[in-house]
Amino acid sequence: MIINHPLLGPCDAQEFVYKGDFRLIDRPDGMAESAEAAFFDYLYLRENPAGAHRELWFHEQGDRSWLVVTRNTVTHEITNVELARDVARSMGRSR
Amino acid sequence: MHDLVPMTALGASHPRSDTIGPVTITESPDWALASVAARLGQEANCQTALEKGLGVKVPGIAAYVSAETLAAFWIGPHVWMLEASYATRPDLAVQIKSACADTASVTDQTGAWVRFDLTGESLSRVMERLCNLDMGKLQPGHARRTLIEHLSCFVIRHAESITLYGPRSAAQSLHHSLITAAKSVF
Repeated sequence: MIINHPLLGPCDAQEFVYKGDFRLIDRPDGMAESAEAAFFDYLYLRENPAGAHRELWFHEQGDRSWLVVTRNTVTHEITNVELARDVARSMGRSR
Repeated sequence: MHDLVPMTALGASHPRSDTIGPVTITESPDWALASVAARLGQEANCQTALEKGLGVKVPGIAAYVSAETLAAFWIGPHVWMLEASYATRPDLAVQIKSACADTASVTDQTGAWVRFDLTGESLSRVMERLCNLDMGKLQPGHARRTLIEHLSCFVIRHAESITLYGPRSAAQSLHHSLITAAKSVF
Protein backbone atom coordinates (compact mmCIF):
# COMPACT_ATOMS: atom_id res chain seq x y z
CA MET A 1 0.00 0.00 0.00
CA ILE A 2 1.32 3.45 -0.96
CA ILE A 3 0.44 6.55 1.07
CA ASN A 4 0.77 9.79 -0.84
CA HIS A 5 2.40 11.94 1.83
CA PRO A 6 1.39 15.61 1.43
CA LEU A 7 4.99 16.79 1.88
CA LEU A 8 7.15 13.91 0.67
CA GLY A 9 5.08 12.30 -2.05
CA PRO A 10 4.32 8.58 -2.37
CA CYS A 11 5.73 6.51 0.55
CA ASP A 12 5.44 2.81 1.29
CA ALA A 13 2.99 1.94 4.08
CA GLN A 14 5.85 -0.02 5.72
CA GLU A 15 7.22 3.35 6.90
CA PHE A 16 4.02 4.20 8.77
CA VAL A 17 2.33 3.17 12.00
CA TYR A 18 -1.45 2.99 12.16
CA LYS A 19 -3.20 4.63 15.08
CA GLY A 20 -6.98 4.53 14.52
CA ASP A 21 -10.00 6.73 13.90
CA PHE A 22 -8.95 10.32 13.14
CA ARG A 23 -11.38 11.68 15.77
CA LEU A 24 -8.83 10.63 18.42
CA ILE A 25 -7.18 14.00 17.75
CA ASP A 26 -10.39 15.73 18.84
CA ARG A 27 -10.11 15.12 22.57
CA PRO A 28 -13.09 16.51 24.53
CA ASP A 29 -12.76 19.21 27.19
CA GLY A 30 -12.31 17.37 30.50
CA MET A 31 -13.58 20.37 32.46
CA ALA A 32 -16.90 20.70 30.63
CA GLU A 33 -20.27 19.87 32.27
CA SER A 34 -20.85 16.98 29.89
CA ALA A 35 -17.28 15.65 30.11
CA GLU A 36 -18.29 12.19 31.34
CA ALA A 37 -20.60 11.46 28.42
CA ALA A 38 -18.18 13.10 25.95
CA PHE A 39 -15.29 10.93 27.16
CA PHE A 40 -17.45 7.79 26.99
CA ASP A 41 -18.08 8.57 23.33
CA TYR A 42 -14.45 9.50 22.72
CA LEU A 43 -13.03 6.34 24.28
CA TYR A 44 -15.49 3.63 23.34
CA LEU A 45 -17.73 4.58 20.43
CA ARG A 46 -16.36 4.19 16.91
CA GLU A 47 -17.89 4.08 13.50
CA ASN A 48 -16.98 0.84 11.76
CA PRO A 49 -17.67 1.65 8.13
CA ALA A 50 -17.33 -0.70 5.18
CA GLY A 51 -16.12 2.06 2.91
CA ALA A 52 -14.42 5.43 3.33
CA HIS A 53 -12.75 5.78 6.73
CA ARG A 54 -10.65 8.69 8.00
CA GLU A 55 -7.81 7.43 10.12
CA LEU A 56 -4.55 8.51 11.75
CA TRP A 57 -1.21 7.29 10.46
CA PHE A 58 2.20 8.21 11.88
CA HIS A 59 5.20 8.46 9.54
CA GLU A 60 7.53 6.90 12.08
CA GLN A 61 10.28 5.87 9.65
CA GLY A 62 10.13 9.20 7.86
CA ASP A 63 9.47 12.77 8.88
CA ARG A 64 7.50 11.85 12.04
CA SER A 65 4.38 13.68 10.96
CA TRP A 66 0.86 12.58 11.80
CA LEU A 67 -1.45 12.20 8.82
CA VAL A 68 -5.20 11.88 8.38
CA VAL A 69 -5.64 9.28 5.65
CA THR A 70 -9.00 8.64 4.00
CA ARG A 71 -8.95 4.94 3.13
CA ASN A 72 -11.62 2.65 1.78
CA THR A 73 -11.71 -0.23 4.25
CA VAL A 74 -13.07 -2.60 1.59
CA THR A 75 -10.70 -1.89 -1.29
CA HIS A 76 -7.81 -0.19 0.60
CA GLU A 77 -7.98 2.62 -1.93
CA ILE A 78 -6.60 5.84 -0.44
CA THR A 79 -8.49 8.88 -1.64
CA ASN A 80 -7.08 11.69 0.48
CA VAL A 81 -4.08 12.36 2.71
CA GLU A 82 -3.76 15.46 4.92
CA LEU A 83 -1.44 16.58 7.69
CA ALA A 84 -3.23 15.99 11.01
CA ARG A 85 -2.14 19.46 12.08
CA ASP A 86 -4.02 21.03 9.16
CA VAL A 87 -7.12 18.95 9.92
CA ALA A 88 -7.04 19.99 13.60
CA ARG A 89 -6.69 23.65 12.65
CA SER A 90 -9.54 23.40 10.16
CA MET A 91 -11.67 22.09 13.04
CA GLY A 92 -10.93 25.30 14.95
CA ARG A 93 -8.08 24.08 17.15
CA SER A 94 -4.95 26.18 17.66
CA ARG A 95 -2.63 23.24 16.85
CA MET B 1 42.68 12.90 35.07
CA HIS B 2 41.11 9.98 33.26
CA ASP B 3 43.10 8.44 30.47
CA LEU B 4 40.30 7.61 28.04
CA VAL B 5 40.89 6.39 24.51
CA PRO B 6 38.37 7.62 21.94
CA MET B 7 36.60 4.87 20.01
CA THR B 8 34.61 5.03 16.82
CA ALA B 9 31.03 3.73 16.69
CA LEU B 10 32.32 0.40 15.38
CA GLY B 11 34.56 0.07 18.43
CA ALA B 12 37.93 0.66 16.79
CA SER B 13 40.56 3.33 17.25
CA HIS B 14 40.47 4.25 13.56
CA PRO B 15 37.44 4.60 11.29
CA ARG B 16 36.67 1.56 9.21
CA SER B 17 36.79 1.71 5.44
CA ASP B 18 35.78 -1.10 3.10
CA THR B 19 36.08 -1.14 -0.67
CA ILE B 20 33.85 -3.64 -2.43
CA GLY B 21 33.98 -3.50 -6.22
CA PRO B 22 33.69 0.16 -7.22
CA VAL B 23 32.05 1.20 -3.92
CA THR B 24 33.85 2.42 -0.81
CA ILE B 25 31.98 2.48 2.52
CA THR B 26 33.71 4.67 5.09
CA GLU B 27 32.84 5.32 8.70
CA SER B 28 33.04 9.08 9.38
CA PRO B 29 33.25 9.75 13.09
CA ASP B 30 34.16 13.42 13.36
CA TRP B 31 30.82 15.12 12.85
CA ALA B 32 28.85 17.27 15.25
CA LEU B 33 25.07 17.11 14.96
CA ALA B 34 22.24 19.01 16.58
CA SER B 35 18.52 19.07 15.83
CA VAL B 36 16.51 22.27 15.88
CA ALA B 37 12.73 22.17 16.35
CA ALA B 38 11.02 25.51 15.86
CA ARG B 39 8.54 26.28 18.62
CA LEU B 40 4.85 26.76 17.86
CA GLY B 41 4.23 30.16 16.32
CA GLN B 42 7.98 30.89 16.14
CA GLU B 43 8.69 29.05 12.89
CA ALA B 44 9.52 32.15 10.82
CA ASN B 45 11.54 33.80 13.62
CA CYS B 46 13.53 30.61 14.10
CA GLN B 47 14.45 30.44 10.42
CA THR B 48 15.51 34.09 10.42
CA ALA B 49 17.58 33.58 13.56
CA LEU B 50 19.36 30.55 12.09
CA GLU B 51 20.14 32.39 8.88
CA LYS B 52 21.35 35.52 10.66
CA GLY B 53 23.20 33.86 13.53
CA LEU B 54 24.81 30.93 11.73
CA GLY B 55 24.72 31.91 8.08
CA VAL B 56 22.99 28.71 7.06
CA LYS B 57 19.95 28.77 4.80
CA VAL B 58 17.19 26.66 6.30
CA PRO B 59 16.52 23.72 3.98
CA GLY B 60 13.12 23.17 2.40
CA ILE B 61 11.22 19.88 2.50
CA ALA B 62 13.52 16.85 2.17
CA ALA B 63 16.45 19.10 1.25
CA TYR B 64 20.10 19.31 2.28
CA VAL B 65 21.95 22.63 2.11
CA SER B 66 25.54 23.39 3.00
CA ALA B 67 27.28 26.62 3.82
CA GLU B 68 30.96 27.14 4.56
CA THR B 69 31.40 25.26 7.83
CA LEU B 70 27.82 24.22 8.46
CA ALA B 71 25.23 22.11 6.70
CA ALA B 72 21.58 21.45 7.44
CA PHE B 73 18.96 18.96 6.36
CA TRP B 74 15.21 18.78 6.78
CA ILE B 75 14.00 16.00 9.08
CA GLY B 76 10.35 16.99 9.60
CA PRO B 77 7.95 19.93 9.46
CA HIS B 78 9.89 22.81 11.05
CA VAL B 79 12.57 20.45 12.35
CA TRP B 80 16.09 20.44 10.95
CA MET B 81 19.36 18.68 11.68
CA LEU B 82 22.48 20.82 11.58
CA GLU B 83 25.81 19.22 10.80
CA ALA B 84 29.38 20.50 11.09
CA SER B 85 32.78 18.93 11.32
CA TYR B 86 33.52 18.30 14.99
CA ALA B 87 36.87 20.07 14.77
CA THR B 88 35.33 23.36 13.65
CA ARG B 89 32.26 23.37 15.92
CA PRO B 90 32.56 20.96 18.86
CA ASP B 91 29.89 23.00 20.72
CA LEU B 92 27.44 23.05 17.81
CA ALA B 93 24.28 22.73 19.94
CA VAL B 94 25.36 25.61 22.20
CA GLN B 95 26.07 27.82 19.20
CA ILE B 96 22.66 27.06 17.68
CA LYS B 97 20.85 27.64 20.95
CA SER B 98 22.49 31.02 21.40
CA ALA B 99 21.56 31.93 17.82
CA CYS B 100 17.89 30.98 17.99
CA ALA B 101 17.25 31.53 21.74
CA ASP B 102 13.58 30.89 22.62
CA THR B 103 12.39 30.40 19.07
CA ALA B 104 13.44 26.75 19.01
CA SER B 105 14.34 23.69 21.06
CA VAL B 106 17.83 22.39 20.32
CA THR B 107 19.08 18.87 21.02
CA ASP B 108 22.69 17.76 20.76
CA GLN B 109 22.65 14.62 18.59
CA THR B 110 26.38 14.12 18.12
CA GLY B 111 26.60 10.89 20.11
CA ALA B 112 23.36 9.42 18.79
CA TRP B 113 24.33 8.60 15.21
CA VAL B 114 26.90 6.73 13.23
CA ARG B 115 27.81 8.16 9.86
CA PHE B 116 28.84 6.18 6.80
CA ASP B 117 29.87 7.78 3.52
CA LEU B 118 29.39 5.79 0.34
CA THR B 119 31.52 6.79 -2.61
CA GLY B 120 32.19 5.32 -6.01
CA GLU B 121 30.20 4.13 -8.99
CA SER B 122 26.81 2.39 -9.03
CA LEU B 123 25.80 3.54 -5.54
CA SER B 124 22.15 3.32 -6.46
CA ARG B 125 22.52 -0.40 -7.14
CA VAL B 126 23.64 -0.88 -3.53
CA MET B 127 20.99 1.45 -2.12
CA GLU B 128 18.12 -0.20 -3.98
CA ARG B 129 18.86 -3.37 -1.99
CA LEU B 130 18.79 -1.43 1.27
CA CYS B 131 15.85 0.97 1.30
CA ASN B 132 12.64 2.14 -0.35
CA LEU B 133 14.09 5.35 -1.75
CA ASP B 134 14.53 5.54 -5.49
CA MET B 135 18.16 6.67 -5.61
CA GLY B 136 18.05 6.92 -9.39
CA LYS B 137 15.49 9.69 -9.08
CA LEU B 138 16.83 11.49 -6.02
CA GLN B 139 18.74 14.60 -6.99
CA PRO B 140 21.90 15.77 -5.18
CA GLY B 141 20.85 17.87 -2.20
CA HIS B 142 18.01 15.53 -1.24
CA ALA B 143 17.79 14.19 2.34
CA ARG B 144 15.28 11.64 3.59
CA ARG B 145 14.71 9.44 6.58
CA THR B 146 13.93 5.84 5.72
CA LEU B 147 14.25 2.25 6.90
CA ILE B 148 17.44 0.29 6.28
CA GLU B 149 17.34 -3.26 7.66
CA HIS B 150 14.76 -2.26 10.31
CA LEU B 151 16.88 0.73 11.33
CA SER B 152 15.67 4.27 10.92
CA CYS B 153 18.36 6.12 8.96
CA PHE B 154 18.90 9.44 7.25
CA VAL B 155 19.99 9.21 3.63
CA ILE B 156 21.60 12.29 2.06
CA ARG B 157 22.30 12.36 -1.66
CA HIS B 158 25.35 14.36 -2.70
CA ALA B 159 26.61 14.84 -6.24
CA GLU B 160 29.34 12.19 -5.96
CA SER B 161 28.47 10.32 -2.77
CA ILE B 162 25.77 9.27 -0.36
CA THR B 163 25.85 9.95 3.38
CA LEU B 164 23.98 7.67 5.78
CA TYR B 165 23.26 8.42 9.42
CA GLY B 166 22.02 5.44 11.42
CA PRO B 167 21.51 4.80 15.12
CA ARG B 168 24.94 4.63 16.73
CA SER B 169 23.91 1.82 19.08
CA ALA B 170 23.24 -0.34 16.00
CA ALA B 171 26.36 0.75 14.10
CA GLN B 172 27.67 -2.78 13.56
CA SER B 173 24.30 -4.08 12.35
CA LEU B 174 24.01 -1.22 9.88
CA HIS B 175 27.60 -1.69 8.74
CA HIS B 176 26.97 -5.40 8.26
CA SER B 177 23.91 -4.72 6.11
CA LEU B 178 25.81 -2.19 3.98
CA ILE B 179 28.66 -4.64 3.41
CA THR B 180 26.24 -7.47 2.65
CA ALA B 181 24.32 -5.37 0.13
CA ALA B 182 27.52 -4.22 -1.59
CA LYS B 183 28.87 -7.78 -1.77
CA SER B 184 25.62 -9.05 -3.24
CA VAL B 185 25.91 -6.50 -6.06
CA PHE B 186 29.62 -6.81 -6.85
